[in-house]
Amino acid sequence: MLYTILQITLLCVSLSMLGLIYRVIKGPTTPDRVVALDAIGINLIAIVALVSMVLDTFAFLEVILLLGILAFLGTVAFSKFLEKGEIIERDRDH
Amino acid sequence: MKTNDVILQTVTTIVSFIIILFSIQLFFAGHYTPGGGFIGGLMSSGALVLLLLAFDIKTVNTILPIDYRLLTAIGLLLAVGTGAGALLFDVPFLTHAYDYFHLPLLGETSLHTAVIFDTGVYFVVIGITMTIIQTIGVSE
Repeated sequence: MLYTILQITLLCVSLSMLGLIYRVIKGPTTPDRVVALDAIGINLIAIVALVSMVLDTFAFLEVILLLGILAFLGTVAFSKFLEKGEIIERDRDH
Repeated sequence: MKTNDVILQTVTTIVSFIIILFSIQLFFAGHYTPGGGFIGGLMSSGALVLLLLAFDIKTVNTILPIDYRLLTAIGLLLAVGTGAGALLFDVPFLTHAYDYFHLPLLGETSLHTAVIFDTGVYFVVIGITMTIIQTIGVSE
C-alpha cells in the first residue's frame, strides 16, 4: 500500500519536474529560468526523500539538507549576477 | 546605483551559522554515517561563499582574517604528520590507531587518529575552494 502511494507520488513529482524543464528550455527571460532551476532543486529534494523511503534507508538524509543549501546558494549567486553583473565584489562602498 | 539588500544580509547572518553547524556535523559523523572531511569542507566554504555573496571580500576578510593558502598548507601538514607519526611507533606509514577514553560530559568515547587526517582534508578543501573562488571572483 505504502509502496504504491510512494510510486504515485514519485510520478507526480516527475511530471512537475517535466513542466519545470519545459520552463527552463522555453522561458522567455533569464529570471524565469533561474526560478525554474530553483524549483527543480526543491523537487530533487522531494525525490531524494521519496526514494530514501522506497529504499528504506537513512543514508540519504544529509543529501536533502545539502541540496537545499546548494539550491539557495546557486539562486542567490544567479540573482546577484542578474542584478549587478558581478557575483563577488571587492569593496561594496564605492 | 545604490542597492539595498538588507533581506539577503539578514538571512545570510542566520543561515551561514546553520550551514557551518551542518558542516561540522557532517565532518564528525563521517566515521559511522555518510559525510567526512571532504563534504564538510565544501559545506564550510559554501557558508563562506554565501558571506562573500551577501557582503564583499573586504568585509569577509575583516570578519575572518584567514590566509587560505596557509590553511591549505596546515591541512597538508596535519595529514602528512598523522602518517609520519605512525613511524614513531614502529608501524608502517599511515597506520592509524584508536582507543576508548572516558571524557568528561561525553562519557565513553572512541578516539581515532583518522580524525586528525580528516581535519587535514577539511582544511585543504576549505583552503583550495576559497583560494579558487576569491582568485576567480575578483577580476578587475
